[in-house]
Amino acid sequence: MRFQLTDDQRALRDGVRALLARRFDREALWAAVDSPGRLDRALWRELGEAGFFALRVPEGDGGVGLGLPEAVLAFEEAGRVLLPGPLVATHLAAGAVPGAADGSVVVAGVDGALVEWLDAADVVRGDAAGAVALRSVDPLTPLHRTPAVAVTDPVAVLLTAAEQLGTATRACELAVQHARTREQFGQPIGAFQAVKHLCAQLLVRAEVARAAVYAASVTGDPADIAAARLLADEAAVRGARDCLQVHGGMGFTWESEVHLHLKRAWVRAQRGGGRTESEELLAAELAA
Amino acid sequence: MDLSHSPEEEEFRARLRQWLGRVLPTLPPKPSPDDWPGRRAYDMGWQRMLYDAGYADVHWDASPTTRLIFLEETEKAGAPYVGAGFVGLLHAGPTIAAEGSEEQRARWLAPILRGEEVWCQGFSEPDAGSDLAALRTRARRDGDEYVVSGSKIWTSHAEVADWCELLVRTDPAAAKHRGITWLALPMDAPGITVRPLRTLAGSAEFAEVFLDEVRVPVGNRVGDENDGWRVTMVTLSFERGTAFVGEVVACRRVLRELAAEARKNGRWDEPELRRRLGRLNAEFRALWRLTQWNVSEAEASGGVPGVGGSVFKLRYSQARQELYDTAADVLGPDALDLDRPWVLDRLSSLSYTIAAGTSQIQQNIVAERILGLPKGR
Ligand SMILES: Cc1cc2nc3c(=O)[nH]c(=O)nc-3n(C[C@H](O)[C@H](O)[C@H](O)COP(=O)(O)OP(=O)(O)OC[C@H]3O[C@@H](n4cnc5c(N)ncnc54)[C@H](O)[C@@H]3O)c2cc1C
Repeated sequence: MRFQLTDDQRALRDGVRALLARRFDREALWAAVDSPGRLDRALWRELGEAGFFALRVPEGDGGVGLGLPEAVLAFEEAGRVLLPGPLVATHLAAGAVPGAADGSVVVAGVDGALVEWLDAADVVRGDAAGAVALRSVDPLTPLHRTPAVAVTDPVAVLLTAAEQLGTATRACELAVQHARTREQFGQPIGAFQAVKHLCAQLLVRAEVARAAVYAASVTGDPADIAAARLLADEAAVRGARDCLQVHGGMGFTWESEVHLHLKRAWVRAQRGGGRTESEELLAAELAA
Repeated sequence: MDLSHSPEEEEFRARLRQWLGRVLPTLPPKPSPDDWPGRRAYDMGWQRMLYDAGYADVHWDASPTTRLIFLEETEKAGAPYVGAGFVGLLHAGPTIAAEGSEEQRARWLAPILRGEEVWCQGFSEPDAGSDLAALRTRARRDGDEYVVSGSKIWTSHAEVADWCELLVRTDPAAAKHRGITWLALPMDAPGITVRPLRTLAGSAEFAEVFLDEVRVPVGNRVGDENDGWRVTMVTLSFERGTAFVGEVVACRRVLRELAAEARKNGRWDEPELRRRLGRLNAEFRALWRLTQWNVSEAEASGGVPGVGGSVFKLRYSQARQELYDTAADVLGPDALDLDRPWVLDRLSSLSYTIAAGTSQIQQNIVAERILGLPKGR
């Protein structure tokens, strides 16, 4: 047993991180916020060329031929930078929907009673008949409600958990950065225990979630996946909230990116039947 | 990332499982929780059986993964817990192994492994708990001996211990963290008085220890004089890093038992309670994964577990309390009956956020040593 990233996995993660830093920096993030509903097709294709969508498609079928652990690492990075778009749906469609794998086609999917990015997508999987647009709380995720309720693939739940883990990690970094530099009463606010303890809990939740998400990617076990989603949702939602608290008034402004993390975490927490479904699955597993 | 085990590890597991299946039915009945001499005899008897079967040193010499398998299998099989052996096996022993001289290792380690000598931990004092380095118990050098006076408190199972890992102040003039020394105190030395303290669970689990001019040979000092704080950090990293591993497995078993109980008494039909149990299932699965992660990390870096233990301890102590609070909800009015299962466990779980460093102190450690936030005053 060596439950640590391999050198190849580390390299893959660093590669995705570098690509995203180059192609989706803060400026690009705010440009996306300023043009709601528009998906950057050039970036989508670049992700496709880098293998983001074809990561788990077998090499014989023109894919990268890697597994769930690698996909989870890539989605964690996407989550960290708030990369917009129906990433999970397109990734799951690779190999099944022509053009999804190389990023030339954008695929949206019905998940529960919601569809993300319906108008921007070329292909929609699932029954989106009668879909009604919402005024989405997340400026980076257009949403529709659908009357038909679709069941979610456990892999989609896991990849979402990986994105949540990215948000949790980023929220911890942002909070710690701010706590180190912002001064009140003549010292950095991070010297105050109340702030310190918020930051410590941010890290604890993120690390517990990380262990659960990575393990679920190795085992692929449905109960492990359900556990990973519960822990990752908590780490992302509570983490972004506490990060906002650490930022004080600045955290409540539109200009700080903190609210974007919280809103995206809320959107992701609705996927895959929400918390209820995962809790019921884990309860049933106990009684089995 | 790999969660599978090597053929050697699987072979170890199979051998251990077989052995447990054979010997566990031969064990005498467990003594009552109040009977410390009885518990000492029982726990040491079990340690001796492990020794004879070649499993005794699994906490020290085996690879961390093998140790994990050992803890997983013994707990699953319902084997006795380390109990009175806790301090010796899980932190005094490893500290002596890491920091002691050749002679000291030869003197103290084998009796711990053979289940002959019990250790306790004399760190806390009435005025030095969280602020451990504020300790005042003095040791004055007199020829080849230290003469120790002062008092310790919350010393778990002191009445049945042979040895105490004792922190003393050897240089009162030095800065707070500097003048401390780590000594092995023989508990039968003249001048020691042990006064049991009753815990909120009603039993005498820990004690106050008074030291009046107790003479301790200089050869019992582990590490250099006045270098005890560094040695202590080694001890604490073992205490927080690996000492709770087996308990996570135990909590997972309790959770299954709770689900069975809820199905029997009808509470399972309440969605809120059922979902809380599901949520706890997620929690303990994740804690088990975190354990595997930390163990793999320690294995890769070799040696003493890092501050990551504080992350684990914080979350685990809270989860354990939630587990037994949920047990109380499953039990309903029976949760007020001390004779029911889980009720004493619920009481003892209250200590988890206090003992081995409170949750507030662990959060300071995580914030300052892992996240690099400035030290507060
Ligand atoms: C069951 C049990 C067994 C134990 N066994 C042993 C043993 O075998 N050997 C041994 O040496 N000790 C043992 N202890 C002692 C244990 O390590 C101490 O109780 C613990 O470190 C807390 O110290 P204290 O009790 O003096 O509380 P205090 O330090 O007085 O703390 C009281 C409260 O104040 C908070 N607090 C204190 N300082 C700070 C701070 N800087 N920032 C924020 N909050 C703060 C604490 O978190 C706590 O909530 C045991 C304790 C228990 C409960």
